[in-house]
Amino acid sequence: MTRFSLATAAALSLMAGAASAQTEITWWHAMGGALGETVNKIATDFNASQTDYKITPAFKGTYEETLTAGIAAFRAGEQPNILQVFDAGAATVIGAKGATVPVQDLLTENGVPFDINDYISGVRYFYADSAGKMIGMPFNSSSPIMYYNVDALEKAGVTAPKTYEEFEAVTAPALMKAGYIPLAESHSPWIWVENFMSRHNLPFATNNNGYDGVDTKILVNSPEIKMHWSHVKDWLDKGWFGYYGAAWNDNQKPFEEGKVAIWMGSSGSFGGLSKLDLPFKFSATYLPYWESVTKEPTQTFIGGASLFAMSGKSAEENKATAAFFKYLTSPEVQYMWHRETGYVPITTAAYEMAKADGYYAKAPAAEVGIQQLSLPAGANTKGYRMGFYVQIRDVMNREFGRILGGETTVDAGFATIETEANDLLAKFAQTQAQ
Amino acid sequence: MKRAAFTNRWLPILLLLPQMAIIVVFFYWPAWHALTSSFYLQDPFGFSETFVGFANYTSLWKSAPYARAASFTVVFSLLVTFLSLAIALLLAVKADKVIKGAKAYRTALMWVYAVAPPVAGVMGIILFNQSWGPLTRFLTMLGWDFKLGVNYYDTAFAMVLVSVWKQIPVNFIFFLSGLQSIPKSVREAALIDNRSASGRFWDITFPLLAPTGFFLLITNITYSLFDTFGVIDTLVKGEPGNNPMTLVYKVYVDGFRGNDMGGSSAQSVILMVLVLAMTIAQFRLVERRIHYT
Repeated sequence: MTRFSLATAAALSLMAGAASAQTEITWWHAMGGALGETVNKIATDFNASQTDYKITPAFKGTYEETLTAGIAAFRAGEQPNILQVFDAGAATVIGAKGATVPVQDLLTENGVPFDINDYISGVRYFYADSAGKMIGMPFNSSSPIMYYNVDALEKAGVTAPKTYEEFEAVTAPALMKAGYIPLAESHSPWIWVENFMSRHNLPFATNNNGYDGVDTKILVNSPEIKMHWSHVKDWLDKGWFGYYGAAWNDNQKPFEEGKVAIWMGSSGSFGGLSKLDLPFKFSATYLPYWESVTKEPTQTFIGGASLFAMSGKSAEENKATAAFFKYLTSPEVQYMWHRETGYVPITTAAYEMAKADGYYAKAPAAEVGIQQLSLPAGANTKGYRMGFYVQIRDVMNREFGRILGGETTVDAGFATIETEANDLLAKFAQTQAQ
Repeated sequence: MKRAAFTNRWLPILLLLPQMAIIVVFFYWPAWHALTSSFYLQDPFGFSETFVGFANYTSLWKSAPYARAASFTVVFSLLVTFLSLAIALLLAVKADKVIKGAKAYRTALMWVYAVAPPVAGVMGIILFNQSWGPLTRFLTMLGWDFKLGVNYYDTAFAMVLVSVWKQIPVNFIFFLSGLQSIPKSVREAALIDNRSASGRFWDITFPLLAPTGFFLLITNITYSLFDTFGVIDTLVKGEPGNNPMTLVYKVYVDGFRGNDMGGSSAQSVILMVLVLAMTIAQFRLVERRIHYT
């Protein structure tokens, strides 16, 4: 008995010694629900995998709320070590030089080998600076893909459309006849503006899509995208397209209920949809393109969010952050994250591991996102960098709602988006003046 | 009449200090910050800023979305204030006549007041759910293709409905106690003079309720302008989109969601001035016509 308690005491004191030597770091994220549980699992596993560092994740609400919380904390000197920032907030956090330590520098300074070519091509440069240096570590990376109700398409005797021309000529009328609303879509600015540009390799903004400076002008008022939205409005009027507002879930729900046959959403929605036990079989494929715009459709770029190492932390803590990033990008963790959530694995090694494991033979739809991100690239497929972009997206959503509600025309709506977006960009440029 | 006075001149100042400290820390200091930052455009992280003079104000003057939010705010506040006062008054007048079980229904009506605005908003989202919301189904049955979050006016309707529902109980309680404090003798005298119930109401009861009504008018306008934030924030479901929004919500959307510190500071300064002007106008103009005793 005595010996036992002595041993326990010795073990306890050893553990206490280990605990005091541990470097603790914090990670603020926006992953709620099942995604949050997976985030917690990654943190727990990392803490269990070694004894030097301890990471504590904290859920901070939506993407917008997390960014605002991070900014407020930074201004008060209370910033976390790692802040998750979403695509639309990239310009804000990257523009504020000195707010973050570029992840590429962080890793190399702490002896973690880094080669940007280890990452799959669609995720490499979205969170990089104009010289191609990676600033934020891509974390939950997704791309918009097209999900479809296999039963519905069989019933209508069609296959998933490759082009929007095919959708108009064949798919939509047949699905309508079979009693379905043919199409719905969540997040118009992301899918039908940003990635529309990338899929068709069209410029989205001046200054190399905004990467090369802040005196950027948006190029959204272009004939190709206005043509697309004129068709969308036409589809809505014909009953080929269902619009359920700007909120993501309101547009996904009718697909889950089996009312809508084709739904454009995120490759990251795959995990959630698979766990739902839907009453029909579903699959996914690439986003369609307009043959009238391009014969050679290109890749899409990532959405989702990335992890930024906040500055103003001790070398010890930065070392811990680098160690965590090394763990996070390991093939095993990336594959687990990919499998659990549907987000793409960000490195080629993790992708190869998933293939070797036979995962895509079981779940072919899970591979669509990464395949689409690996399609041929073009001059306009690496992403965009625009300030106050959260507000620009809000302007787009407002005008799309008005166009589809018949309150304004496509021409007038896009002219408004252009004017208001350029005003916001000019304002942002003034915030960045030294 | 003997006036009470402090003998020590420091004591009143000492007693005022805690309250003053709270006002300074939670009002004057942030208000001053809002005022100064409204003349700058600032990097959200605070690394750099540009002095822009009145540009944040002039751009609001030219902004169509701001004008849209302002006109919605006026209509929304008028509707919410009028409806929640009118319905509460009607309920109070009717309830005043009932003696049996008075306590039970008063408590039942009062319960709603305990519901926080965001919770009221969530209840609105459930009732107006696009595919299975009972109110959506009811309105569809009546031939109204109601779509929360898609149609601007449908969303506005839901915002007004939820805000009014939430505010009626507190108005009801105030009106009821106001009614019950009208002396019985006055009512009986009125009964002899005027046989028409509605005539008696407008000639006697309504003017005697005026102090209560005035107090409620001010609190209801403030409620519809500011406290409805939680209702609006939940009903737009995280995406402002093409939904109506009030000026207060726009300050939040531009500042906290969009990280435009200067622009949203200018908006909050405008709101401050507006509230100040409104309060002065209300007390100057309306109070003269109201007799408290």
